[in-house]
Amino acid sequence: MPPLLQITELHTEFRTGAGVVRAVDGVSFSVEAGETIAIVGESGSGKSVTAMSILRLIPEPPGRITAGQIVFAGRDLMRLDDAAMRQVRGGEIGMVFQEPMTSLNPVLTIGRQITEALEQHRGSDHATACRRAEELLGLVGIADPARRLKQYPHQLSGGMRQRVMIAIALSCDPKLIIADEPTTALDVTIQAQILELMRQLTRRFTVALIVITHNLGVVARYANRVNVMYAGRIVESGLAHAIYHDPRHPYTMALLHSVPRLDRPRQMRLDPVSGQPPDLTRLGAGCAFQPRCRFAVPGCAIAVPPLAPTGTAGHLAACFRSQELANQKVALGTGVVA
Amino acid sequence: MNDSVTPLRPLLEVKGLRMHFPVTEGILVRRAVGEVKAVDGVDFTVRRGETLGLVGESGCGKTTTGRCILRLERPTDGKIIYDGKDIANLDRKELIALRRRIQVIFQDPYSSLNPRMKVGSIIAEPMKVHGVEPDAGRRSTRVHELLSVCGLDPKFADRYPHEMSGGQRQRVGIARALALNPEFIVCDEPVSALDVSIQAQVINLLEDLRERFGLTYLFIAHDLSVVRHLCHRVAVMYLGRIVELADADTLFDHPQHPYTRALLAAVPVPDPDIEQGRDFRPVQGEVPSPINPPSGCVFHPRCPIAVESCSHTRPEARETNPGHHVACSQVHQTFFVGERDSRFPTVPPQAITH
Repeated sequence: MPPLLQITELHTEFRTGAGVVRAVDGVSFSVEAGETIAIVGESGSGKSVTAMSILRLIPEPPGRITAGQIVFAGRDLMRLDDAAMRQVRGGEIGMVFQEPMTSLNPVLTIGRQITEALEQHRGSDHATACRRAEELLGLVGIADPARRLKQYPHQLSGGMRQRVMIAIALSCDPKLIIADEPTTALDVTIQAQILELMRQLTRRFTVALIVITHNLGVVARYANRVNVMYAGRIVESGLAHAIYHDPRHPYTMALLHSVPRLDRPRQMRLDPVSGQPPDLTRLGAGCAFQPRCRFAVPGCAIAVPPLAPTGTAGHLAACFRSQELANQKVALGTGVVA
Repeated sequence: MNDSVTPLRPLLEVKGLRMHFPVTEGILVRRAVGEVKAVDGVDFTVRRGETLGLVGESGCGKTTTGRCILRLERPTDGKIIYDGKDIANLDRKELIALRRRIQVIFQDPYSSLNPRMKVGSIIAEPMKVHGVEPDAGRRSTRVHELLSVCGLDPKFADRYPHEMSGGQRQRVGIARALALNPEFIVCDEPVSALDVSIQAQVINLLEDLRERFGLTYLFIAHDLSVVRHLCHRVAVMYLGRIVELADADTLFDHPQHPYTRALLAAVPVPDPDIEQGRDFRPVQGEVPSPINPPSGCVFHPRCPIAVESCSHTRPEARETNPGHHVACSQVHQTFFVGERDSRFPTVPPQAITH
C-alpha cells in the first residue's frame, strides 16, 4: 500500500533583498496512515516551510514551490486547483499552529470557528454543526462546552485555545494533522496536557500526525520516526530510537550533546555546536553543516552528501562519514576515528 | 562546583517580599477593584558567587521578583537586603549607585537592544550614564575588551543589532551588563529565545563569566534542564510564592513539593526509550488567577495529595532536610521517602500512607 503522504524532491524558494533563499531544498519523506512523525530543526532549517508547502500556504510572491511532488491519499496536491485545495486544507488535513492567540479569529466566537469548518467542508446545517462542535469541545477536555462555544478566544487561557485548535483540526475527521510547534508557547504542565491529549486522540481516531518542533524532548515523547532538518535539507531520518541512540549525522549528534539534561546530574560543561547558524543566501557548494562540523574532511566542502542508508533499516543520513559515526566510534571532541 | 561556594554572609537577602499591582476600573475616575498578587510573601537568600535559580510557569511572579530586586518596581512590602543594606525603599539618587553593582540580562535579544544604536554605543551607554571611563578613547578600548570577553569580534562594535544573529545579540546584551563591573546580575530568561545549538554557547559563556569575574547570578527561567545545569540552588515559585527551595541536585533528584514533582514530570526528556515507556499522567487543571488565588495552599485545587486542611491553612516553608525548604504540610509523610525513581510517576492520592 502506498503511504498516506509521499513528498518527493520538494523545493521551495523565497526571493529576498539579499538573494534567493532555498528554504526547502530537495526534501523527500513519507507518512504512513496513523503514524506520528517529527520534523526537528532550529529556526531557519525549513521545517515550517515544509509544512506550509504541503498545505500550499506559501505566500506567492515572494515564495514559490519550484519543484516536487506532494502525493496525499493518491492525489498530487501540486496539481489541485484552489477550490479543491481548500477542501483538503482543514478537511482531510487538519492544522494546529504554534500561536493559539493569533491562529484563532479574535472577533468570532469559539463556536462559530468550529462550525465554520464543519459547514464549509461537510455541508452540515447549523444545528448539526453546533451539536458536533459541543461534542468536539468535550472530546478535547474542555469543561462546560455549551458555555465555551459562546465565548471569544480572549476569554480562554492559552492551553484552552490550543485545545480549541485541536478540536477544529479534528472536526472534519482528517487523515493527517500537521502540528507546527503545537506546544512551544505553552507552559510546561500545560504542554504535557496538550501532548497527551494529541497522542490519545490521534491514536483513537487513527490520524497520522506530523509534529514540527525544535524540542528534542517533545519528539522523544511523541514520534515513531524523526526527520532532522538543517539548512533546508533533511540530514538524518530514521526511527526515534536510532536517531537518539545511534545518530549518524554530526549535526544530530551535536544537537543531542548540546542540550542540558534534566534527568542527569550536571556535567561540567555543555558541548555546544560551534559557530553561527548558516546564512541561507550564501550557502557554499558542499554540506551546509561543514563549516561547523568537527568531523569535516576536505571532500565535505566540495559536494553535498546525499541522504543515504546507514546500514540500519530505515535509517538514512546525509553525511560522507556516517558509517564511521556508527555507535559513536569517533572520539567526541577530536573528530578522530578511534 | 557546589562545594566551592563558601557560606559567607549572603549577598542578597529577600524577606517577606510582596508586590501587588492594583486592578483598576473606570476612565475618568480610576478606582482599584482588586489587586494582582504577583509576588506574595517570598523569602530567599543568594550567597556571594552562587547562582540561584528561580523557576516557575508564566505568571508565577519570578520576573516580578527579579524586577523588585533591580528596583524597577517598588515592592508593596518586604525587605530586600543587598550587602547588608535594605534597598526596598531607596530613592532615585541612592538607586543610581546601586545600579552600578546590580545589572540585568533580558530575555529577548531583539527588543532589548536599541535598533538605532551601534553595538559599540549600546555597550558604552552604561559607562556614559554612570560617568565611568569619561575618556572616549579608553571607553572604546573597554568596549572592544568587553566584546572579546563575550566571544565576539571587536569589529562588531560598528555594526547594528539587526546585522547580527540572536546568539550574537544576546552576547551584546551580556557585554552591556558587564560594562560597569557589577557583582550581581539578574538573568531573566537569558537563553529561552535562542536556538538549541546557540543556547549551549551562551550557557557556557555565562558560566565562564561567573568564574572569571566572581559574579553572583539570580537566574530566572522556565526551562528546568537549563536551570539544573547552571544553578547551585533552585527556588520553585507557584502563584507568587516559593513552594520549594533546595540545592539543585537535591531538588531535581528528590523533589518533595507536589508542584515541583508535577513540573519535573511534565518535562519531556530527549530519550525516546524513557519517554515512550513512561506511564504518563499530567497534572490536571491550569494555574488559577493571581487576582483571586485559592485560599490556604495555592496549589491545593490541583494537588494530588491535598487533604482538607490544605484548603484553608497556608503552609509555611519548613526545612525538611538541611537546606531543603518546602511549603507543604503533607510532605513529611512516607509518601516521598524511599521511592527510587522519585522523578516521575504521579502517585494517585489513594496511595498515600498516613
